Amino acid sequence: MKTDIEPISSAAGSPPQVRTRSIGRAGDKIFLGLSRGSGIALLVIMAAIAAFLTYRAAVAISKDEANFLTTFEWNTGSSPMRFGIAVLAYGTVVSSVIAMVIAVPIAVGIALFISHYAPRRLAAPVAYVIDLLAAVPSIVYGLWGALFLVPHLTGLYTWFDDYLGWTGILSYQGGAARSLFTVGILLAIMILPIVTSVSREVFRQVPKMHEEAALALGATRWEVIRMAVLPFGRSGIISASMLGLGRALGETMAVATVLSPNFLIETSLLDPGGGTFAQNIASHFKEAGDGGRDALIASGLVLFVITLLVNGAARMIIARRKEYSGTAA
Amino acid sequence: MAKRIDVSGLTAYYGSHKAIEDISMTVEPRSVTAFIGPSGCGKSTFLRTLNRMHEVTPGGRVEGKVMLDDENLYGSEVDPVSVRRTVGMVFQRPNPFPTMSIFENVAAGLKLNGSYKKSELDGIVERSLKGANLWNEVKDRLNKPGAGLSGGQQQRLCIARAIAVEPDVLLMDEPCSALDPISTLAIEDLIGELKERFTIVIVTHNMQQAARVSDRTAFFNLAGVGQPGKLIEIDETERIFSNPSVQATEDYISGRFG
Repeated sequence: MKTDIEPISSAAGSPPQVRTRSIGRAGDKIFLGLSRGSGIALLVIMAAIAAFLTYRAAVAISKDEANFLTTFEWNTGSSPMRFGIAVLAYGTVVSSVIAMVIAVPIAVGIALFISHYAPRRLAAPVAYVIDLLAAVPSIVYGLWGALFLVPHLTGLYTWFDDYLGWTGILSYQGGAARSLFTVGILLAIMILPIVTSVSREVFRQVPKMHEEAALALGATRWEVIRMAVLPFGRSGIISASMLGLGRALGETMAVATVLSPNFLIETSLLDPGGGTFAQNIASHFKEAGDGGRDALIASGLVLFVITLLVNGAARMIIARRKEYSGTAA
Repeated sequence: MAKRIDVSGLTAYYGSHKAIEDISMTVEPRSVTAFIGPSGCGKSTFLRTLNRMHEVTPGGRVEGKVMLDDENLYGSEVDPVSVRRTVGMVFQRPNPFPTMSIFENVAAGLKLNGSYKKSELDGIVERSLKGANLWNEVKDRLNKPGAGLSGGQQQRLCIARAIAVEPDVLLMDEPCSALDPISTLAIEDLIGELKERFTIVIVTHNMQQAARVSDRTAFFNLAGVGQPGKLIEIDETERIFSNPSVQATEDYISGRFG
């Protein structure tokens, strides 16, 4: 920092023209130092956190008497600890996938409605309400899920069981609908705003000339969307979905409030049970001892790795068709 | 195929603003008609009323009649989508679909109109690209993105896309204004060939271009800012550029204003 300040003081006695120039240079240097410093600080902090978590996780895994990846058990209270993340990984991935399958088509539909179908005076309020949904705290969603959604889903689940029960994954034995499927529905509602807003922005940026090209060929409104809007917005939809998926994978309070957790993988998605990484951490963190906390940290690291893999896959999908993305035009 | 356009009493608005007023003219089949005039005189707006693209703009509406042979394009039972399938359009900036290959771009309009066998599609795409003088340059890379071509090639790709659906009329809105002189020449040559098959209307800011490519020329002007554009006169191109009947036309083409 000292060298950054120096030019100002040394320039104080110089002619005005030179002085303004050297102040500019000093400003550049200060700004360069600041931005470079914060960049480096960020990396150092990240590395420190990663190192700390990896160390604690390694300690926990070394004390684990069972297989960390495949065990259906979370027992960190007694002396030989036995815990595994199989149930958590399954529950996290399955509930998030259900959320994506429900939320992405609806979100893209709403975004298209706002950007291309709705009259202007309707589009703005709809967009506003959707954005407002993003501001609701997740515990409120959780309470709504537990008090309203759970009792109201039993009818739907019974219907599923009647007609699709033979598939096994959609059979339902009755009881409270505190299952992974319910969690998926709740997560879908929670990620809807972010996926909608990002998709909407992408659809708005589709160049007018591409839409006119389609119109001039005699395309209907839906054909314009299929020919020009959706292909152009494809990578944006993927990015929007990844943002939503990130939220779904890491959602804690809402899941912990709705799910009735256990350490089994049920065949049926509708029967209560299962768990997710974030929910398991929230449920166990308070009463866990040091060893238990390290075990939870280890599970959190696995969630981190899953998120990284998902994001990497999404980037690859986007990059593979880069020359067709429209950014070259 | 190559129909006559007969416009009578056409007025177009953007919201409450009157953009062009009371335009009547006839465009002969298998000929090139050029629209010239200063910026803002409504020649592009008028062009866009000929395939009902004007009403796509929010607030855009049209009064009057456009007859394509004996069909009124603004008749109450006429679907604007079907109008645009018979009146093709090429825009100022080349706009191939960035997410499609060269082949898919040319076939885009065909896929809207119905299903074709792969072999039929191959034939039409080749014929259209040859018609647009682009075939030799792209025949080995039909599956590459259309956006990877040069500006002039992209514009010819857009022409190929427009003629692939065999329209009755081809509208061109300043098709060369974003292109270099060599590409411009290629497009102008192409226009000369296309008029054997289509009725062509071209908007241009380049008076030499109008003189080179068109059979008839229409001069548009406006009385002042905020005033609607009007058709001043339309006549044989040769006469417009040598001996126009209206003083304003002569002033414009001789560079005294505009």
